[in-house]
Amino acid sequence: MSPSLTFRSGVQDVLPTVFGYIGVGLAFGIVAHTSHLSLLVVAGLSFLVYAGSAQFIITSMLLLHDPLSGIFLSTFLVNSRMILMSTSLAQYFRHESLGKNLFIGALVTDETFALAMSKQNLTHGRLSFAWQAAANLVAYLVWGLATLAGAWLGGLIADPARFGFDFALTAMFIGLVYLQLIGDRKLGLPLQLQVMAFVALAYYLLLSIMSQNFALLMATIAGCLFGMELRKWQSH
Amino acid sequence: MAITLTELWAILGCGAVTLLSRALPFAFVKQMRMPGWLLDFLTFVPITIMTALACESLFVGHTGHLATLNVTNCLAAIPATIAGILTKSLLMVVVVGIMAMAVIRYFTLGN
Repeated sequence: MSPSLTFRSGVQDVLPTVFGYIGVGLAFGIVAHTSHLSLLVVAGLSFLVYAGSAQFIITSMLLLHDPLSGIFLSTFLVNSRMILMSTSLAQYFRHESLGKNLFIGALVTDETFALAMSKQNLTHGRLSFAWQAAANLVAYLVWGLATLAGAWLGGLIADPARFGFDFALTAMFIGLVYLQLIGDRKLGLPLQLQVMAFVALAYYLLLSIMSQNFALLMATIAGCLFGMELRKWQSH
Repeated sequence: MAITLTELWAILGCGAVTLLSRALPFAFVKQMRMPGWLLDFLTFVPITIMTALACESLFVGHTGHLATLNVTNCLAAIPATIAGILTKSLLMVVVVGIMAMAVIRYFTLGN
């Protein structure tokens, strides 16, 4: 990654994350196909909802004939971490118009958020509308097309997990955590390592009493509070 | 090419819920002055959320019991992490991770 913030470099920077989108997108399409969702429904979910884990949950809840209110609530809970990510990312776009802010916000994902945080470590805390819009749009299109391809090919395609593609997303987050760890000079390495250990432990323990998505949200919030206290305590 | 009314409502409703979660914070941050403690809190969001997302695929949850490790993912994570340390390139982490997982799956195909 270079410090350049043009539309073109946005497209280049987002390319490594595309592997993750293709692997998971194909998998979602195949699941949707086996759950008897039509291509139109898959397209609707991918282009209008556009949220990986929520789409899997909506698909299974539709299959189980769960009530709409339950589907809406689950979607909100699964995606509530987006409120945290958007509030964080929005700091970098305050000088842009409201329209541009809403456009960036409408397409934020775990991946493009994480990418933006690694990027701003290289640019002295700056991001640009062109760069972020490029990253967001490429991610959005690749996700939509991959899910449609998966649904269309349906049973024909061999299990993508066999070729290790399902690991692309995990590998990407490992890479992004590492880049964040060595890149964030404001927080520094020791403090971040302690916060990471706390989050991993909290997630591990919370997982035995709540769902994956709720444990993720709680561990994140607890980790931020722990980090704030630790920094206050260490600066004395 | 069929869509039921329930599916249509699910797509529109969940689309609206997700859009609001993503876009409203941008409108709030633009219009309002953020208190210091919130800014302080938000500086920890990147490292905590990315750690939690990575942990999500390394642990397997069991309600009522402690979580266990997802052994194949943990094994593949080792070469992926080493690739990150050596190259500092996201693409290399992803490519090495996928290759490692393909190799692991090849040798555990019978399981």
